[in-house]
Amino acid sequence: MLDGFLALYIFMLAAFTGYEIIARVPVILHTPLMSGSNFIHGIVLVGAMIALGHARTPFEMAIGFIGVLLGAGNAAGGYVVTERMLEMFKSSKPRQGSGESK
Amino acid sequence: MAWPQTLIDACYFIAALLFILGLRRMSSPRTARGGIVWAGFGMLLAVVATLLLPDMEHRGLIIAAVLIGVAAAWWSGRRVAMTAMPQMVALYNGMGGGAAAAIGASELIGHAQNFAIAAPNTFPLMPESWSPLHGAIAVAPLSPVALVLGVLGALIGSVSFSGSLIAFAKLQGWLDRRFVFPGQQVVNLLVLAAAAGIGVWLATGHLAIALICAFFVLALLFGVLMTLPIGGADMPVVISLYNAFTGLAVAFEGYVLQNEAMIIAGMVVGAAGTLLTQLMAKAMNRSIGNVLFGNFGAASGASAQAIGGSQKPIEAADAAVMMAYAERVVIVPGYGMAVAQAQHKVWEFAQQLIARGVKVKFAIHPVAGRMPGHMNVLLAEAGVPYDLIVDMEDINPEFPVTDVALVIGANDVVNPMAKTDPASPIYGMPILDVADAKHVIVVKRGKGTGFAGIENALFYADNTRMLYGDGQAAAGQLVSELKSLDA
Repeated sequence: MLDGFLALYIFMLAAFTGYEIIARVPVILHTPLMSGSNFIHGIVLVGAMIALGHARTPFEMAIGFIGVLLGAGNAAGGYVVTERMLEMFKSSKPRQGSGESK
Repeated sequence: MAWPQTLIDACYFIAALLFILGLRRMSSPRTARGGIVWAGFGMLLAVVATLLLPDMEHRGLIIAAVLIGVAAAWWSGRRVAMTAMPQMVALYNGMGGGAAAAIGASELIGHAQNFAIAAPNTFPLMPESWSPLHGAIAVAPLSPVALVLGVLGALIGSVSFSGSLIAFAKLQGWLDRRFVFPGQQVVNLLVLAAAAGIGVWLATGHLAIALICAFFVLALLFGVLMTLPIGGADMPVVISLYNAFTGLAVAFEGYVLQNEAMIIAGMVVGAAGTLLTQLMAKAMNRSIGNVLFGNFGAASGASAQAIGGSQKPIEAADAAVMMAYAERVVIVPGYGMAVAQAQHKVWEFAQQLIARGVKVKFAIHPVAGRMPGHMNVLLAEAGVPYDLIVDMEDINPEFPVTDVALVIGANDVVNPMAKTDPASPIYGMPILDVADAKHVIVVKRGKGTGFAGIENALFYADNTRMLYGDGQAAAGQLVSELKSLDA
């Protein structure tokens, strides 16, 4: 059980972590990183699952169902898009070495 | 099927750790690809652990919803072109905001029903036994802090949801560029105030279904109203801001559900997203407030300086010769190149120039494309090596010794009026000093203005020649003209 101050510490430390991670990032990675952080807040899926799992009335179930749908979309979509962007960073490495001029 | 609570908590802990480490790895080009995989494992672990939570009902329904959501997003995310990435990020981000809002709604409604059943004075404000993981959540009242954060998370999540969808529609081209009407900001403020007012009323424990519905309608409306007047060129900043919003909403709803993984992941994204938003706004030399409330582009046209001279066209053959015998060529790609899918042709052309001994570099403005780094991604896709891609600060001193600057599909980021015309809406934005090059060739579809709807003095400059045509076709012509030189 999280009491007020313990939660506050978590909020604070997590905020610093997020800030510090981004602070040293080259511009090249801003877009993938935005996409990656977009994926990470896909953890909202877990919350939506809990909400649906504890729903008692059909109305709550409907809201929970929509929440899980949206959360799953956030997580899966965020992953695919980020992965596709970062894939290109991988493929450009060996080409750099070969110098590629005809 | 009751898993030991400790094991589930451990799963959440490892998931949170993997998120942070994954994000950390994503912040360096070398390890970036592994980063998303790490974070992906974290997500999988958290989802499986949640399914195994005791006293979860409707497991079939949950699995069905997860599968449908994952399948739809996976399919759309795989299929979409790289150029459409920004709006896809907006779309998925909006979904996350919507999910956070749905959690808030379901909590508030659940407790509103509670309210109706239980006598108000029989529950203590913060019961010791309260924990969502022991099945008490459906009946135990929320603590005051949880109620406030729940309402706040729902508000932010709703704004992020509707705002992101508008951003998506705009970038997708489904919506006209901007919607402005007199007194717009007053209306926006009133809607926000009304939503916040009801929110405060809800947060102080006055939970009634009608009020909750009004609250969500107003919050969603505010997201729409807030995004409508923002011009397309500013969308990256707005999407990044909504990304941070969603993170915050997730963290707040995570507190309501007492789920540490949600709190940590949401807060990390909230902070990282806020900083990222600032970095993007700074790259455009604007403040976030200016982006949101500045009605960008409204003043263009009448008040701006008149531009003298005319646009001077050039043929592809002449342009190719010019560059073939140049010593230094700088290619400035913009979103127009990406839309035309011309990056591969442009790289082919650049390779031919390099083979002829021309020193070729690619100059990238911090906000080229639709998002910072977007253009780097597109060039990387085409196979352009990193050492040829140069940032604005490094390339600007080199323009005076550059023989030909080839501008493809870029407009506002090379507009000298950002320096010379205080009346221009982009005045003060750092630009690529393309005009300093000995010759400038601009590849452009037609004579119109750019994405932001602003006239560009560069196109009328004496050393500028316009090569009209679609980016891909023009690059193809340049390639074949270059080949015919050798024939």
